[in-house]
Amino acid sequence: MTRIDRIAEPWGTRTPYGPGEQWPTRVDSHLADGLTEADVDRWVQSATILHSNGDGLDIAVKDDRIVGVRGRAVDRVNHGRLGPKDLFGWQANNSPDRLTEPLIRRDGELVETDWDTAMDAVAGRCRELLAEQGPSAISFYTTGQLFLEEYYTLGLIAHGGIGTNHVDGNTRLCTATAAAALKESFACDGQPGSYTDIDHADVIALYGHNMAETQTVLWTRILDRLAGPNPPKVVCIDPRETPVARHATVHLAPRPGTNVMLANALLHEIIGNGWVDAGYVEQHAVGFEELAERVRDYPPELAAEVCDVPVERIREAARVIGTAERLVSSVLQGFYQANQATAAAVQVNNIHIVRGMLGKPGCGILQMNGQPTAQNTRECGADGDLPAFRNWSNDEHIADLARVWNVDPMDIPHYSPPTHAMQMFRYAEEGSIRFMWVQATNPAVSLPELGRIREVLAQERLFLVVQDIFLSETAQLADVVLPAATWGEKTGTFTNVDRTVHLSEKAVEPPGHARPDLDIFLDFAHRLGLKDKDGAPLVKWSTPEEAFEGWKECTRGRPCDYTGLSYDKLRGGSGIQWPCNDEHPDGTERIYVDGQFWSDPSYCESYGRDLVTGAPLSPVEYKAMNPSGKAVLKAAEYVPPHEVISEDHPFQLMTGRTLYHFHTRTKTGRAPQLQGAAPEVWAEMAASDAADRGLTEGDVLEISTPRGSVEAKLRISGIRPGVVFLPFHYGYWDAPGGHEPDGKRGRAANELTITDWDPCSKQPIFKTAAAAVKRLEKADGPSPAPTTTGSRPVTDGVPPTTGGDAALCTEELATVAGGDR
Amino acid sequence: MKLHLAIEELHRSENHLAGALLAMSDRHKADHEVFHVARDIARWSQDHVRALARIGGDFGLDLDPEPKGDPTVLEKARQKASDLLGRSSTPGMLLLADLRHIYREASGTSLDWELLAQGAQGARKKELLELAERCHPDTLRQVRWANAKLKESATQVLVS
Repeated sequence: MTRIDRIAEPWGTRTPYGPGEQWPTRVDSHLADGLTEADVDRWVQSATILHSNGDGLDIAVKDDRIVGVRGRAVDRVNHGRLGPKDLFGWQANNSPDRLTEPLIRRDGELVETDWDTAMDAVAGRCRELLAEQGPSAISFYTTGQLFLEEYYTLGLIAHGGIGTNHVDGNTRLCTATAAAALKESFACDGQPGSYTDIDHADVIALYGHNMAETQTVLWTRILDRLAGPNPPKVVCIDPRETPVARHATVHLAPRPGTNVMLANALLHEIIGNGWVDAGYVEQHAVGFEELAERVRDYPPELAAEVCDVPVERIREAARVIGTAERLVSSVLQGFYQANQATAAAVQVNNIHIVRGMLGKPGCGILQMNGQPTAQNTRECGADGDLPAFRNWSNDEHIADLARVWNVDPMDIPHYSPPTHAMQMFRYAEEGSIRFMWVQATNPAVSLPELGRIREVLAQERLFLVVQDIFLSETAQLADVVLPAATWGEKTGTFTNVDRTVHLSEKAVEPPGHARPDLDIFLDFAHRLGLKDKDGAPLVKWSTPEEAFEGWKECTRGRPCDYTGLSYDKLRGGSGIQWPCNDEHPDGTERIYVDGQFWSDPSYCESYGRDLVTGAPLSPVEYKAMNPSGKAVLKAAEYVPPHEVISEDHPFQLMTGRTLYHFHTRTKTGRAPQLQGAAPEVWAEMAASDAADRGLTEGDVLEISTPRGSVEAKLRISGIRPGVVFLPFHYGYWDAPGGHEPDGKRGRAANELTITDWDPCSKQPIFKTAAAAVKRLEKADGPSPAPTTTGSRPVTDGVPPTTGGDAALCTEELATVAGGDR
Repeated sequence: MKLHLAIEELHRSENHLAGALLAMSDRHKADHEVFHVARDIARWSQDHVRALARIGGDFGLDLDPEPKGDPTVLEKARQKASDLLGRSSTPGMLLLADLRHIYREASGTSLDWELLAQGAQGARKKELLELAERCHPDTLRQVRWANAKLKESATQVLVS
């Protein structure tokens, strides 16, 4: 047993292993100051929530308070490990400023009230608008933070009960392209990869994915492979010099906004050199000719010029990927939040299809999620999809869902694609959406162009309900605020990127009168008097476990089949991967084995869209293209970003995250070790750009776009020239402004971002905007950016990021790999 | 041989379609997806205008290779008006009318490409046929976009 500072060493101690071996166990834990395991009253099973990795952990409880966490050695995902956000983030549950009572706006002020008054106001306004305008007035802006049972219940209430098409979540900002890319290539959501593919891979390619900071434990798995015998090669595509880039065999740092150009050049080389599994393509894919013809127009020389990447490095990356024997690819926001998001992510799928690298150990795609329960919003129909991957444009799927819910098929809106989040805000802006219920997310900091978003949310004519655990920036604009219970205070399940389902049990009571989100939804359904077509209550459950049983029935026979799971089965051991049913009682490690897909026209979730215009394909068009359920190779032309640099705005602005924070810091900003590691916003710039302008580390800068300006201290980092980077975590809840900038300049990166999205996935663009930079003051010391991560300084004299005694965590290395505790 | 008439007509209709898409984009600046996608796909029509002008030379035509520009002052004025009107619900009906117009214009252009392809095939003009085969799919995508966007937008506009 050792104790190390996990702020200074975010990935902990290496446990090297070789290809095909089992990843050794290392149990990480952190307990409140002065406590040891002997002091803990009980351990309660759960999984991690401040990222999408889904690491199994146990919550330590003493005197009915959460006092720490410990990784679960038996869990297939993490083998005992935890990341810094997991080790320290739980402290936010015990924050003194948790919301404990409902709030209602009276004479312009939010005042405390009781649940009856608050819920009557919510249900009353909803009923009024339904009578006056109908379901088109009602919208739900949900999240990637609730549990499966809550999403499914909300999806049922919204789609089956109220009949609104306006249900989407902040997952639109993070995983929408993951889902969209999978739907384009495989006609269905569902990850073709498994985390265990990392144990077998000989090449791991990360596309716009700073895994070291977003999924620290999965990156730890890669670091342990890199430290072992026969390590995999790593290909990194990222304009920043991230920890991933530092470990890469080949690092390409393209100009933001040129991903399709680069990906097409990689495919040009792969196809041109014959690194193609022709038999696999012949048997299991459609569209090869069109793809080959399209990428012929994208030689590496052209990409080198457009992306500003050395041509030989493009060739080298293509050779490494093209000659891999076991290829794992993962994709995240560098692709998803840039222009042509889906088209770019689809090219990664194309690489795997043409190379026949699917459904075998070491051959997987991880179209990554950002949030812990994002996968469940997609599965359960709380994000603009229908439950259990049903196809909104397939009438038989609607009829089947209506059967499960016992409602009339006409009651389930399916006349057009479900309304996406950005369109919901547009409808609220023009006044046709008049009721918006925001759950566990903070659009007043996380959406692009915040000046506009604040105006939309603050409109008198919009009734805004916010359900959260803290008085966020968004909550401060609400008409009614509902205090919710969070992780550790309620029971439910959630599913990670590689389809692993975990049970998260209630450990302690929520503070004050805060309630589980499920109870809030059930109360709402009850007050609205929602009924099925026989006059029985629409929602037929009152506990999480009953909701889970209801969900299981909804998934029967669908790709995400949960029928073989139960709370009892999930208790005690490891998480389990869906599909889990009679045929696969222990779950399914890999899908798409032997080229078997879920893309048959009668079964698939989606017929796909045009990658440039976003127009959905009709059932007839899809059937003509892919009559027999193969994978679809979709080609895409490069379209330049919409906002390009100019003399006035010479920098490309990218926003992103740091390892130590999550989203708008509602939890991580209240964990002292995490907040201390990254206390304030900063701006990153390349050394050459700084030198050209006479700027030095720590100078106070103004970064501005036509939409607003932000003040931040300069960190001179390894980012590519011509680009300025801002972390998006910093809003105003712990600043004088409260919910908006106090004065001329803000600190939220989204003051600057553009309102624009990928027409296919509808994911907003956060990686390409044109910005100006000027110095406001000379440095009085280095910027507060972490030194351990992508923001590592390239100049001397910056003190290293450490956490001190408060950040000491325990590591217990197993003597035998995979040992049980 | 009347192929030159078909090329000339197509050159005119693609120019017109590009202009219609750009004008629509300007009128709906507050509708971000319409604003951007209409501009992206107007570029396809502009490319077609250039290609048609190039091949027109082989058929004795002297067509302007430069797509008709959109006057920038007018453009700015339209965008400003859209920003100001963006908070009211009337643009919804205008959007439906504009999409309907684009659908009809693009459908007409699509038919023109079919005419040209038929003529090129009959006259064994390989290069002209290849041009039609390369460009016509773009026009069909423009048609499908207008149709899909209309379908997607109609419900909220009409029931609210």
